[in-house]
Amino acid sequence: MIRTEFLCKSFGKLDVLKDISTEIKKGEVVAIIGPSGGGKSTFLRCLNLLEVPTRGRVYIDGVDITTGKVDIKKIRQNMGMVFQHFNLFPHKTVLENVTYGPLKVKHLPKAEAEKLGLDLLAKVGLAEKANAYPSRLSGGQKQRVAIARALAMQPEIMLFDEPTSALDPEMVKEVLDVMKDLARTGITMAIVTHEMGFAREVANRILFLEGGRLAEDAPPDIFFTNPRSERACQFLEKVL
Amino acid sequence: MMFHRLDSFNLNQLYLLGQTGLNLDFSKIVPSIPFILQGIAVTLSFTIVSALIGFAWGTVLSIFKISNIKPLKWFADFYTSIFRGTPLLVQLSLIYFATPQLTGYAIPAFQAGVITFALNSAAYSSETIRGGILAVDKGQREAAMTLGVTYPLMMWDIILPQAFKNILPALVNESIALLKDSSLVSTVGALDLLRRGTIVASEKFIYFEPLLFVALIYYVMVMSLTWVAQRFERRMRKSD
Ligand SMILES: Nc1ncnc2c1ncn2[C@@H]1O[C@H](COP(=O)(O)OP(=O)(O)O)[C@@H](O)[C@H]1O
Ligand SMILES: [Mg+2]
Repeated sequence: MIRTEFLCKSFGKLDVLKDISTEIKKGEVVAIIGPSGGGKSTFLRCLNLLEVPTRGRVYIDGVDITTGKVDIKKIRQNMGMVFQHFNLFPHKTVLENVTYGPLKVKHLPKAEAEKLGLDLLAKVGLAEKANAYPSRLSGGQKQRVAIARALAMQPEIMLFDEPTSALDPEMVKEVLDVMKDLARTGITMAIVTHEMGFAREVANRILFLEGGRLAEDAPPDIFFTNPRSERACQFLEKVL
Repeated sequence: MMFHRLDSFNLNQLYLLGQTGLNLDFSKIVPSIPFILQGIAVTLSFTIVSALIGFAWGTVLSIFKISNIKPLKWFADFYTSIFRGTPLLVQLSLIYFATPQLTGYAIPAFQAGVITFALNSAAYSSETIRGGILAVDKGQREAAMTLGVTYPLMMWDIILPQAFKNILPALVNESIALLKDSSLVSTVGALDLLRRGTIVASEKFIYFEPLLFVALIYYVMVMSLTWVAQRFERRMRKSD
């Protein structure tokens, strides 16, 4: 579903990603962890070309998206993204946020888009907030709306960049619960997270990014109990 | 050609007429008051039409300025420097007097004024709008991009509404400045407030009363606009 080959990204002289080659299969849930500044966000953002790789290839469904010849808008419609700071549209209601993509990109009829939107809001437990503006919501509620907005495009892949890092501790669980439900639906997920318990429970695989290198790529059982690399050991000692 | 009426308005003549000192007699202009008041509609419609066209064109220019297409950027920057680097009165005179000479079209004063003021205010507001666009959180752009939204739609639905909301106070201030500057069209003979004041003045050989009256009307208009804008701004702030 997603494959990277020797993916490199530099910002000026700073090499942020160094030869990342990996694959995320259809239906897999992959947690990307590692110290801050290790390149996790950049890696995730290279997958939908929010950052353009300096070198290397990114294949989505077998299509190389780095050639400059593909319509990246089409690819992105199939890859939802959830951000650390939610990025809800503040001038639109919760329902308008969720239906915006289906209406303006997929050109669904309004009634159909709203039904889809309300269904998704019900799934994330926010049906009663449909007509509220985002500013009226708590952080956890905002993030659940952001998840619903991404899901409204009915993507096969979901990318999450530290979805709970900006939340007060008491709101982390409600967002993680939504993501757990989602993981069970068989959608492909790539999640940058610092929630080790969540990663261990939900992920099929852990990617450990450190200093721009993929230092470890292992199932959670192995990664958390018996990591190969020194750096991963040190990291786990600190966070666990 | 049309400047002669204003020529009659100078202190020299005031002195010769023996009307020095501040013995104001407003009763003399009472019959002319309806004639002067009609200028309010002219001045207001002039300001509104110029402002609306100016903002629309200013928005286009601001999008040129942030565009990756270099010639568009150069054009918009050059355009702005021309209109900011030359006096408004020179621009107005050029458009009013040069248009008939170049095209054979005897452009009415009001039209020449609207064109000049719209082109001029576009140059100024394009800078304001550009700032407003850049001030919108870049997460908004990324959220729209990950939904697969096209660039024009993203601008129109997501970025510009937020940009305009941020810069509304600045745009209102620009409109107020425009309202005051609109008195310059009297120099080419458009029957705006000031022009009507000077007509009454030169017909009756009294200067202070009609011009003071005109100044008072400008003052009331500017203050009302400011007041409405402040109320509006406060309302919008509350809705955040
Ligand atoms: N747009 C950018 N311009 C310059 N440097 C950047 C940019 N984005 C990220 N970086 C740098 O790249 C490195 C990796 O960042 P990031 O991918 O955000 O790490 P992580 O998400 O693992 O904390 C950091 O040193 C960061 O400062
Ligand atoms: Mg990050």
